[in-house]
Amino acid sequence: MYNSGKIIIGIIIFLGLITYPFWRNVGKAATPPKLEVGTQEKQCVEPTAFMKSSHMQLLDQWRDEVVRNKKRVYVSSTGKTYTMSLQNTCTKCHAKKSEFCDRCHNYVDVSPRCWDCHIAPVEQQQQAARGDK
Amino acid sequence: MDNTRRSFLKIAGLSVLGLGAKPVGEALAQGAQPKVEPFPNAKVGKRWAMVVDHKKCLKAKDGCKDCLIACHTVHNVPSFDNPKDAVKWIWLEPFEHAFPGQENKYIEEYIKVSLKGLKMVVLCNHCDNPACVRVCPVQATFRRDDGIVAMDYHRCIGCRFCMAACPYGARSLNWRDPRPFIKTELNREYPTRMRGVVEKCNFCAERLAKGQNPACVDACKEKALIFGDLEDANSEIRQVLRTNPTIQRKAHLGTRPEVYYIL
Amino acid sequence: MLEKALRGTGSYFAWVAFLLILIGVGFLFYLKQLGYGLGITGMSRDISWGVYIGQFTFLVGVAASAVMLVLPYYLHNYKVFGKITILGEFLAVASVTMCVTFVVVDLGQPMRVFNALLYPTPNSILFWDIVVLQGYLFLNIIIGWTVLSAERKGAPPPKWVKPLIYLSIPWAVSIHTVTAFLYAGLPGRGFWLTAIMAPRFLGSAFASGPSLLILFCLFLRRYTKFDAGWEAIQTLAKIVTYAMIISVFFVGCELFTVFYSQIPEHMYHFTYLFTGLHGHAGLVPWMWICVVLAFIALALLINPKTRNNETTLPIACAAVFFSLWIEKGITLVITGYVPSPLETITDYSPTIPEMGIALGVWGLGFLILTVLYKVTLGVREENAK
Repeated sequence: MYNSGKIIIGIIIFLGLITYPFWRNVGKAATPPKLEVGTQEKQCVEPTAFMKSSHMQLLDQWRDEVVRNKKRVYVSSTGKTYTMSLQNTCTKCHAKKSEFCDRCHNYVDVSPRCWDCHIAPVEQQQQAARGDK
Repeated sequence: MDNTRRSFLKIAGLSVLGLGAKPVGEALAQGAQPKVEPFPNAKVGKRWAMVVDHKKCLKAKDGCKDCLIACHTVHNVPSFDNPKDAVKWIWLEPFEHAFPGQENKYIEEYIKVSLKGLKMVVLCNHCDNPACVRVCPVQATFRRDDGIVAMDYHRCIGCRFCMAACPYGARSLNWRDPRPFIKTELNREYPTRMRGVVEKCNFCAERLAKGQNPACVDACKEKALIFGDLEDANSEIRQVLRTNPTIQRKAHLGTRPEVYYIL
Repeated sequence: MLEKALRGTGSYFAWVAFLLILIGVGFLFYLKQLGYGLGITGMSRDISWGVYIGQFTFLVGVAASAVMLVLPYYLHNYKVFGKITILGEFLAVASVTMCVTFVVVDLGQPMRVFNALLYPTPNSILFWDIVVLQGYLFLNIIIGWTVLSAERKGAPPPKWVKPLIYLSIPWAVSIHTVTAFLYAGLPGRGFWLTAIMAPRFLGSAFASGPSLLILFCLFLRRYTKFDAGWEAIQTLAKIVTYAMIISVFFVGCELFTVFYSQIPEHMYHFTYLFTGLHGHAGLVPWMWICVVLAFIALALLINPKTRNNETTLPIACAAVFFSLWIEKGITLVITGYVPSPLETITDYSPTIPEMGIALGVWGLGFLILTVLYKVTLGVREENAK
């Protein structure tokens, strides 16, 4: 090929740049965060494994059922009933967002927009809610 | 295109189809759906509506705003200094603005003299044939089967077509982040909204779901706001409508508003 | 073929740099808007659509004007337009891109824009507007690019382009009809609730678009080797003349209906426009400039001597373009909200960030247009050798 020297050098530089995150963190293990569940309750709305993998889907379902279908009560696979509300049900147990929700979310670098509208439990809201300016 | 490239593309296409079959199959294979229900004590209606009785409203103290304050408190509605950014779910308008085109010199005199300048309570009319629902491109505003015109703040893209369509000026966009401007005590059981979505009165659907009346109805000390199910012939609202002449705002537009006014 | 846009004179690159700066500034203002919210603009609870949607409304008309070249050339074999149909198609691409961009910058939650595709809503005219605009964009990109590539290779375009070209003709009419329907179906806005809203859009589209094309052709004639031919320019000028007459006539029809019927609700909007209402007269100067420009344009266009003159024709075209830009881009949208359905009056004036973003989008459109026209010129020059 033409200009093979320049191209090969370019490819090597490109590969080096694109793999930077990997070789920079060689030897360091990023440990998954430890979560403060925030409650003594042993049982969440659904089994822990399900919640870990699918809490977002569950919340989406809750959202559509409450907002669009007039349903408010969720009968879980454990047989217990819960009011479908992120703000009022989930945070009753998981009261400290910064020690539970945020820890994993920051670790995997997602920022769910829920809390733009849904009011997070008290520890976060001292500054944000009121406009005392 | 020569033969080997062609066959490569054929094999590649088939492989994609094959690889895609499993996730599609999994998605289509639905497991048991969990059960969801309304609250057992929810108020159930087929056609929610409201009557605003200004004869009773007149008896309230001067400058009464109990319904406004109750609604805006319960729903964390912000209060902006700049009227440009205003968000209003329920508010007061002089007669000539609430019923434009209906005014004449003598009604204005009547209101000034006999009604002591009483203002009309205006809110979303939860129309039976809502123009806003017709125009929303994502169904973020939709008409429930009980007549309430609801908002899905999660889906709203903020295009404001509904605001253009509403003949009653009942809708407000959040032009900026509303949270710093919530001047009332925060109701921690109800969310706020975020900038970029349109909001309006929801006939307190969340309170109806718990068996309660709308906040404005409960807050009015004169019981000037009568709320109920029009399809229930024995309801208080039907009784009021049977015994009082009522008018609607801009009835000729065909939106079939469900807020009725006794002047 | 895109590499043709990478070679040019110093003034070409200066122009591109200027456009890139405009786009950059607009983008920075847009980041500010994303952070603060749409409140950074002059829009308010009572005037919930402003400059962005106004520009979108005007540009939909400009985009549709490609059909004024395509229809005579492909449907009626008017060979004279042969050289410039591509210019019309590329103008359509640039305009529709600007339209879509203006809508996106106007959204309160732009990251949710795909909700419109995830939850299609056939009863919403805005849904159909998205469909027809995207369709028209793709049609013109595909048609323009294919025909130009074929021209470059010295071969006739492939057969499958023909049905697409025929499709683009009614599709062009659909884009401004559907956009007009956005306004004309709203029960609460008397200023917009008129059956001739879609015809008005057609009239102003066929005046504003071709007049811009004439300006481009005259510019290219003067500064490049591309000559559209005086006959083509004259035919376009005649189209602009009749379309402008019809547009002005339509506005006259509106004025008659409103002021002869004497219905206050209908008269308020026009009174606000022409004389001001209860002391609010923000749009009055704009409206009268629009009227004066329209009559200057008509005077220069109807008279064949001035229409045929290389000095007065561009003045007439600029007058048409700016008059209709004011009418569709500024007065149409704002006046729909004044007075409000509650008969209150709120004033509107765009803010600096709002104007910055709008200019940035115009810059983007002009950049796309510049690149596409440069490619076209490059292909034509290459073929001429």
